[in-house]
Amino acid sequence: MTQAPILDAPILQISWLELALSGGLILMAAGLSRSFRTGLSGSFLLGALRTVVQLTLVGYVLVYVFSVEQWWLVLAALALMTAVATREAVQRQDGPPGKLYGITGLALALGAGLTLVYVSAVVVRPDPWYNPRYLIPLFGMIISSAMNAAALAAERLAGEMESRRREIEARLALGADAVEASREPVRRAIRAASIPIMNQLMIVGIVALPGMMTGQIISGTSPLTAVRYQIVVMFMLAAAVAVSAAGVAAWYRREFFSDALQFRPPGRESTA
Amino acid sequence: MGEGTAGAVEHDPEGEEPAFRLRRVRIERGGRVVLDGVDLDVPSGRITALLGPSGSGKTSLLRILNRLDDPAGGEVLYRGRPLTGYPVRELRRRVGFVFQAPVMFDGTVEENLRAPAREAGWPEEETRRRVREALELAELDGDLLDRPGGELSVGQQQRANLARTLVNRPETLLLDEPTSALDAVTSRRLLRTFRRLAEEEGRTAVMATHREEEARAAGDLAVVLTGGGVDRVGRPTEVL
Repeated sequence: MTQAPILDAPILQISWLELALSGGLILMAAGLSRSFRTGLSGSFLLGALRTVVQLTLVGYVLVYVFSVEQWWLVLAALALMTAVATREAVQRQDGPPGKLYGITGLALALGAGLTLVYVSAVVVRPDPWYNPRYLIPLFGMIISSAMNAAALAAERLAGEMESRRREIEARLALGADAVEASREPVRRAIRAASIPIMNQLMIVGIVALPGMMTGQIISGTSPLTAVRYQIVVMFMLAAAVAVSAAGVAAWYRREFFSDALQFRPPGRESTA
Repeated sequence: MGEGTAGAVEHDPEGEEPAFRLRRVRIERGGRVVLDGVDLDVPSGRITALLGPSGSGKTSLLRILNRLDDPAGGEVLYRGRPLTGYPVRELRRRVGFVFQAPVMFDGTVEENLRAPAREAGWPEEETRRRVREALELAELDGDLLDRPGGELSVGQQQRANLARTLVNRPETLLLDEPTSALDAVTSRRLLRTFRRLAEEEGRTAVMATHREEEARAAGDLAVVLTGGGVDRVGRPTEVL
């Protein structure tokens, strides 16, 4: 079967002028926002500016990392991405961060790291093993999903711990340890953090064409190849989310108990 | 406050070691001093009623007795040993706590009663025996076992909470205003249950209450808390 000519057409490059013209869309959004006095029109413009600056910078960084071809540089980039994701996930929390930086960082490194190792060693097998063309985009997707899951898990855990305080203390009073006393909040936190990826798994391809697949198709990849990548990506995200959410929930819960198994939400003044 | 010690000794003629011995105990909540300089002996095998207006520190005092909180100062001994000398989970199994408002866990009444077993890891036969025994002691209707805990009346929930605590076979019960959510008839029946646990089972109980008639009906000893300390200690008929 010969491929349809539409798939063979060369990729359309976006010129600087065309890029500038795309800014008209942001002006439209900002203008609409202004007419409804949402107070967000300035934020639209600032957000647009940050998008341009951040993505342009990251483009140059990627070009550099791709050209240098050093394994340590690739690992450093992955570590930096993990650090930024950790900071973002922790900053979304209301309470004082305390040990949450360490906990989130470890959970993200474990969740996203293990997933990347598995996919690159077993599924994609890039050559060389640190090939940044594969590792960095894949890790970017994994880490951002893991970050959202970690932030959701921490937030939900804190909320559930607070609202179930009486139940937790009743369990402690019966002789339960921290794990038993907080089983339900942890369960609910992991569940809440998993729901977005669960929804994505259910609707992908029907309601939404994922960004990576869209990008690959526009760049000239056959939709069938793009689909295979996307399937791998979805499975990766599910694994990364599960590990990161479970890590955050299971480790963060300890911060709610003193050594003597007293319920002490972090940041709350001691009642002793 | 030597008065507390004197009162307890007077009501402990056999010279038996007190269940709890508090020395110069200071309790703070949220940076505020709730109780200070509390000296008190809680006799073993009796019901001690803690009385006082709201905010006088009854609940705060109970909470330090099984280490849901720790005192800011002073010392608490349980059966001659500092509370901090016990593994905290063992202490809490031996010193049970029944909260003011009953707390039912998700699931049926039976699942609630089995909650302590999940942690203790008793064999099934042992768990069943303990649940049956606790049901009987708490005078909770066995037909309720299959019902979701949340569907019980408040009175039944409080009995279920008592039963759940009794599954651990605690030597001592801390009862935090256990009847405050109940009507008069249900309250009187529950107080009779507490009396029976003390008289027939030899269990020690410390019961916070703001009702003097409850202290008179159920207590062997009354401890009146006011002004951040122990005001009076003695037989309920004498000090109330």
